[in-house]
Amino acid sequence: MLSFLPLSDLRVAKIMTIPFSLAQQVRSIRMLLGLSVLTMLVACGGSEDSGGSGGLTRVQQGNLDGVLHFGNGVEPEGLDPHIVTGVSENKIVSALFEGLVVKNPVTLEVEPGVAESWDISEDGTVYTFNLRENSLWSNGDTVTAHDFVWSWQRILTPELGAQYNYNLFAVENAERFANGELSDFSLVGVTALDDFTLQVQLRSPTPYFLQLLDHYSTFPVHRPTIEEFGGMSNRLSQWARPGNLVGNGPFTLTEWQINSHLRVEKFDDYWDADKIRLNAVVFYPTENIVTEDRMYRDGQLHRTQEILLDRIPGYREERPEEVNVEPWLGSYFYMFNTNKPPFDDIRVRKAMAMAIDRELLVDSILQGIFEPSYSLVPPDTLGYFPPKTFSYDPEQARQLLAEAGFPNGEGFPAFDVLYNTHEDHRRLAVALQQMWASELNIPAQLLNQEWKVYLENQDNMNYEVSRRGWIGDYVDPNTFLDMYITDGGNNKTGFSHPRYDEIILEEAPRTLDRDARYELYQEAETLLMESMSILPIYTYSTKHLIHPSVHGLTPNIMDYTNLRYVWLEPEASVESAAE
Amino acid sequence: MWRFIAIRTLQAIPVIFVVITVTFFLVRAAPGGPFDDEKAVSAQVQAALEAQYRLDLPMHEQYFAYLGDLFRGDMGPSFNYPGRSVNELIFQGLPITAELGFYAMLVAVGIGVLAGVIASLRPNTAQDYVPMSLAMVGICMPSFLLGPLLVLVFGIWLDVVPVSGWGSTPGEKVLPSITLGAMYAAYIARLSRSGMLEVLSQDYLRTARAKGLPERVVIIKHALRAGLLPVISYLGPAFAGLLSGSFVVETVFQIPGLGRFYVQAAFNRDYTMILGTTTLLATLIVVFNLLSDFLAAWLNPRLRYQFQKGGK
Repeated sequence: MLSFLPLSDLRVAKIMTIPFSLAQQVRSIRMLLGLSVLTMLVACGGSEDSGGSGGLTRVQQGNLDGVLHFGNGVEPEGLDPHIVTGVSENKIVSALFEGLVVKNPVTLEVEPGVAESWDISEDGTVYTFNLRENSLWSNGDTVTAHDFVWSWQRILTPELGAQYNYNLFAVENAERFANGELSDFSLVGVTALDDFTLQVQLRSPTPYFLQLLDHYSTFPVHRPTIEEFGGMSNRLSQWARPGNLVGNGPFTLTEWQINSHLRVEKFDDYWDADKIRLNAVVFYPTENIVTEDRMYRDGQLHRTQEILLDRIPGYREERPEEVNVEPWLGSYFYMFNTNKPPFDDIRVRKAMAMAIDRELLVDSILQGIFEPSYSLVPPDTLGYFPPKTFSYDPEQARQLLAEAGFPNGEGFPAFDVLYNTHEDHRRLAVALQQMWASELNIPAQLLNQEWKVYLENQDNMNYEVSRRGWIGDYVDPNTFLDMYITDGGNNKTGFSHPRYDEIILEEAPRTLDRDARYELYQEAETLLMESMSILPIYTYSTKHLIHPSVHGLTPNIMDYTNLRYVWLEPEASVESAAE
Repeated sequence: MWRFIAIRTLQAIPVIFVVITVTFFLVRAAPGGPFDDEKAVSAQVQAALEAQYRLDLPMHEQYFAYLGDLFRGDMGPSFNYPGRSVNELIFQGLPITAELGFYAMLVAVGIGVLAGVIASLRPNTAQDYVPMSLAMVGICMPSFLLGPLLVLVFGIWLDVVPVSGWGSTPGEKVLPSITLGAMYAAYIARLSRSGMLEVLSQDYLRTARAKGLPERVVIIKHALRAGLLPVISYLGPAFAGLLSGSFVVETVFQIPGLGRFYVQAAFNRDYTMILGTTTLLATLIVVFNLLSDFLAAWLNPRLRYQFQKGGK
């Protein structure tokens, strides 16, 4: 009948001509619909019985049970105090272990930890610690001075490859032992005089030594456990896992599912257990700030590790008492490769530093939450204030650049500004590029590299100008200033000054009086800033959302948390839930 | 046909071997190493670290040592998580990613087939254009946009499902499954529409209708079986894609699956972890492609006949 049509048209014609009854069609659709809804239900389970609408949120439930839900940034790489290096590990390791001293979360001065008291010799080189007799390991053993000797031997053992072993290099002979120049550990200056007396001999008075004893690299570890799981210098040991880990801190490890959560519970035999008011803390890895923000708003977290920069103004309107923005012991700066022309000319470096309007940067692209900085060490580092050697002065900047042979930027070569790939770094680099172009007429080009590539290029001094950040390990100017000793591993700028080296390596460690020492550091920092090998931009701030039911998460410049002092007040949270 | 299966399987083994070899040397050629950090590491510490992970051996010895371990089923220790082996991390993450992938697949097939079939019943009408336009949106919308959007609406405004997590309540699995499945649903919708259109014009369907079968039976029993063949051959690669492509969804919803290890390992230069996850995913992709070939051959008599001829 339709044979005159070509084949393709024939098909279309058939489809069009076959009559479909509407009822038939509806029936078949309904059937398919039913099937697929069924599939969805089987697949996903009933969604009605989950959600947050009916029951309590995790935060509300936590307030009733005394369980703190803690957003902790990146997933901890491990929990071995001698191996880990990160910030997120620090919070957990400090809950599971305790050093000779602990820091007061308000003043950051040291307080008794495992050591009840200590004596320091007149010349500041011999520390004698009296350990409390009721400090226990979580398996019931007593923490003794021998534990500390063995633990310090462990972190200094060359084969372990502990990145933070240098924290103990102030101890007599420790550095030589760690470098393999000395194999007899009994020559290293740490001795157990008896079970509860530990004596430490320093190679030179190190005024910030007590501060280091609250760093996890100096924590004691449980010898029988480590020996059971592969021995002293085995990095791949399983000892720091739930079920195996034995610690001496206020909490014990009960659960750790990687990339999901890590739970610690109150240690009832901890020497100060009566004062611990939390029953448990659950740490969540929250690498994705956006996800963390949603978790907080959904009532899954008591505390976030970060706040999205762009959300801060909104939250300040909406829930000001939950926004915690505080100064942090960290500096954001750029550094120059002082070996490469034209950055080998101090006038060029100064001109570039003076051409930047830091106040404007902070107010515009940084939401006003960071402090503009003109030096390396953050202000008020345990009473230390850095010198201010220059200020925003585009007029003088242009003059300096002209003196260096580039009047109005003429002849200035194009140069790369290196930063690791991240939106925040890019935004800042663009702003600096603009400021340098408009004030000095010099052509900066942006060069972003993936983290490890960026690190390698910095290490090899294969850059011209580069972004850099530094967070202090302990509260003392030295944690920043010792970066810039000649050929120091973290220097990476080519900065070298004999007087600077003398202060940092010789004079300051010998000066016991804090004020006198800070004067020396001021002198050193002035030298550093007058060479302008680094270009300070701002001082970091920590940014946390903290639920109103949480108390005792005291802000401090180290962002240091002592969970022993934290408690939850359910009443407050019921009120806020009712709002 | 058995001979054919055997030959195809044997062909797959060198593919996996090449992937392992290329990955092994490529990750080591990448600038930066697993122990590079913002804080400088002293030469002694660096040497000790390299010794602990056998990086001090010559490259070819490392390679053969790795192959030897792999052959015994040991993918080595993770560089980034001291004390954890790659085996352990993978076998912790894989079941979660597979479960997520399975639910996403159900979503994809459920929605995709339904939309495709509905569209094919009345081509070039609103009933066709609406689901197909939605499918186009589904293909174009990246999961890092769709995920947060779903969370905002269903997790925060309507508050019917949790915004993140995995494993504590069944509701947590709804949004990630939909987010991950959406793009595949869209592809499946388009595939099943064209497959059905092809089939609906065939003579045997006219015969079915002519002998008085109800339309429901005609569509479901006769048309679907042949019309969904393209979908079935797509399922294998799609499932492999779901397993290897779940990184974004896992990050958005805070799911402890394999996808996050896969991507983080590359950034951390966690050599063994990169190798382990790449080897595993390459194997899965090869295996699923093989399986969908076999399945298609089993379902489609014409293909089966070809295979038999090839086998002779």
